[in-house]
Amino acid sequence: MTKKLLLENVHIEGINSYDVYRKNGGYSAVEKALKKMSPDDIVEEVKKSGLRGRGGAGFPTGMKWSFLAKPEGVPRHLLCNADESEPGTFKDRYLMEKIPHLLIEGMILSSFALGANQSYIYIRGEYMFVLRILEKAIAEAYANGWLGKNILGSGFDLDLSVTPGAGAYICGEETALIESLEGNRGNPRMKPPFPAVQGLWQRPTVVNNVETIAAVVPIVNNGGDEYAKIGIGRSTGTKLISASGNINNPGVYEIELGLSVEEFIYSEEYCGGIKNGKKIKACVPGGSSVPILPHFLITKTAESNDRLMTYESLAEGGFATGSMLGSGGFIVYDEDQCIVRNTWNFSRFYHHESCGQCSPCREGTGWMEKVLHRLENGRGTMEDIDLLWDIQGNIEGNTICPLGDAAAWPVAAAIRHFREEFEWHVTNPNEATKRNYGLISEKVFEKVNA
Amino acid sequence: MSEEIQKFKVTIDGKTIEVEPGTTILNAARQIGGDIVPPAMCYYSSLKGSGGKCRTCLVEVSKGSEKDPRPMPKLMASCSTTVMDGMEIKNKSSERVVKARGGVVEFLLMNHPLDCPICDQAGECHLQDLAYEHGHSKTRYEFNRREFDKIDIGEYIKLHMTRCILCYRCVYTANQLTEKREHGVLKRGDAAEIGTFIENSLDNEFIGNVIDVCPVGALTDKTFRFKSRVWYTKPMDASCNCDKCSGKAVVWMIGDEIARVTARKDEYGEVKEFICNDCRFNKKDTNQWNIEGPRKIKRHSVISANHYEKETPKHTTLLNKA
Ligand SMILES: Cc1cc2nc3c(=O)[nH]c(=O)nc-3n(C[C@H](O)[C@H](O)[C@H](O)COP(=O)(O)O)c2cc1C
Ligand code: SF4
Ligand code: SF4
Ligand code: SF4
Ligand code: FES
Repeated sequence: MTKKLLLENVHIEGINSYDVYRKNGGYSAVEKALKKMSPDDIVEEVKKSGLRGRGGAGFPTGMKWSFLAKPEGVPRHLLCNADESEPGTFKDRYLMEKIPHLLIEGMILSSFALGANQSYIYIRGEYMFVLRILEKAIAEAYANGWLGKNILGSGFDLDLSVTPGAGAYICGEETALIESLEGNRGNPRMKPPFPAVQGLWQRPTVVNNVETIAAVVPIVNNGGDEYAKIGIGRSTGTKLISASGNINNPGVYEIELGLSVEEFIYSEEYCGGIKNGKKIKACVPGGSSVPILPHFLITKTAESNDRLMTYESLAEGGFATGSMLGSGGFIVYDEDQCIVRNTWNFSRFYHHESCGQCSPCREGTGWMEKVLHRLENGRGTMEDIDLLWDIQGNIEGNTICPLGDAAAWPVAAAIRHFREEFEWHVTNPNEATKRNYGLISEKVFEKVNA
Repeated sequence: MSEEIQKFKVTIDGKTIEVEPGTTILNAARQIGGDIVPPAMCYYSSLKGSGGKCRTCLVEVSKGSEKDPRPMPKLMASCSTTVMDGMEIKNKSSERVVKARGGVVEFLLMNHPLDCPICDQAGECHLQDLAYEHGHSKTRYEFNRREFDKIDIGEYIKLHMTRCILCYRCVYTANQLTEKREHGVLKRGDAAEIGTFIENSLDNEFIGNVIDVCPVGALTDKTFRFKSRVWYTKPMDASCNCDKCSGKAVVWMIGDEIARVTARKDEYGEVKEFICNDCRFNKKDTNQWNIEGPRKIKRHSVISANHYEKETPKHTTLLNKA
């Protein structure tokens, strides 16, 4: 059994209520922190833990915190990113819904560490029911003296509130989130200045993912060193994975980083193998933005190493033969799934979600969607495949925020590994419209094994 | 001398200049001048927050600085990247830049109507110039183009959203020059549009300036619409006594009549002194203006190919120096 740090108590009846959470050791980390630790001690523990941002980019949290500017007399803010809109990712919702006080406890610890007295949870508009759960939990925390003025007599004040977005993926990008929270249109800002220097209302701001903030609770409870013992290399601790697609047991799993992909997909403890005895065809291991892996690169890397659930191992081989851990949205495709259709579906999402600020993303995402739609429906040409490749190349790296890259990468990876399937749609137009089936490129595989 | 601020040395396409710290790559390039200057469709120096959006000004930073010579991995928006001492930049001399810029032009044009023959902006349109210099001659976009209805925003301004490139300049102008915030962007992605919150009339005293900042024919002057092709009009520097603005403008004449009034733009199409609505829309009588003389159009454009006074070619002075 893997060690669980976040979801350990999730199955306890009533754990979403304050009393049950408290009875099971809840808020002990806050007691420890406010009574025995200084803010810098907490930052130090988080650094030692090796915790990396769970929102997608995997940036070391302790380092991010130490970058926070601390000008005299200027308030600082901690924002929790609960916008969770990446297709295939639903772990934050699970955590907030099942064990909301864990997030609140993490918010108190992190706010204390950063010297923030007013913190916000920014939640996607579609999670209205989760917002209600959080509001209830926050009210309980206020009522029991964990929020408000002079918490535990420590002199530390903290106000915490939840603000819903209006349902925009882009508002999960940290600077768009800040704009939205300020009441503006959710357009990403240009960086620099970075939020750590000028964020919410031009004040120094840290934005962290729900899971990142929740992980601070076990780090404070057990110490950073203990946390860092779990995992491999620079991938420490546990990670929530949202598993979906053609598997027997879809759901949210807390894994120890370093678990093999093979075990994650096939063991009963996790995904339980491919549904209906089918073969696996592909896997998107980190949410819709990361490159798709063909079947022969999922459990083994191109170098024939075991592929592990770590930031490094999933990225092994770069974009040519690897992918990314991303936000941990693990999507599995069986042999019946159509990659062209899936790529079109993702493209449609990015087209719909582009904020429209910069030309390559605003125009390019729509163009890719249209070309993919044509291909998927058997109306495309061979030139369309090269055109797609060119469009994604003209978007990638040339935009204000990473949404442009996120739209380009899935298209690039699909063509890189499944070009034959795109071609099949051109040469078999009638079947393409009827069947949801394709071929797999073994080219990369052959090259590696030559 | 020692009290002078330490200047930063930057090299763009092989040409070196010293600039104040805090200068952007684009402005450093403009100080050098000539064809090393990247095109800029959204940046506008007098509008706070502008820039970064169109991505036409992307350049390659081949050397970060003297201290940290590593090249920057991504192409950078020159309008919003500040220089470092010893920075080396490639604009037209970089293949990556040329390719990316061609891509950006293609993106900007793919949903554009290209109805230049009936567009008031034709002849002084930055998108025309951009496409001419950096674009491809054929489009690869085969789908229906986006279309919007034309709307009147206020008494004097027509918004033809179909031609808009979403540079946001008019939004910043409306926010920064006028007191009410009634002008903004609605919707998102390629459905985004400039809106005035249910066609609120923009009757602010300075709102006419949105016409001048618009790089394309999306915002046009209703008192001039379809009156004449710009190249049949003759621009004259003119001034008047105005209690609202500097009164320094350009009047565009057809014969002895003033066809339209605009603010004075520099060679990058930027207005340094905005004018009020009264000067722009209501003073169409030559008696109301003190005509100073022909306006020199510095921009290289379709417009300067005609009968405007051009600047004396620089090479004569260069020859003298040599
Ligand atoms: C388009 C886009 C959407 C994003 N959506 C989310 C999101 O829903 N949740 C999240 O935590 N981070 C999201 N991010 C990443 C955030 O910008 C930011 O890096 C993250 O919240 C930092 O937290 P972390 O360091 O704890 O991972 C998104 C980024 C982009 C570019
Ligand atoms: S990349 Fe897309 S989402 Fe990001 S700022 Fe540009 S248009 Fe907006
Ligand atoms: S805005 Fe420029 S490119 Fe577009 S139709 Fe008018 S003149 Fe032509
Ligand atoms: S209307 Fe003109 S100025 Fe306004 S965003 Fe569109 S192109 Fe830019
Ligand atoms: S001018 Fe720099 S991005 Fe538009």
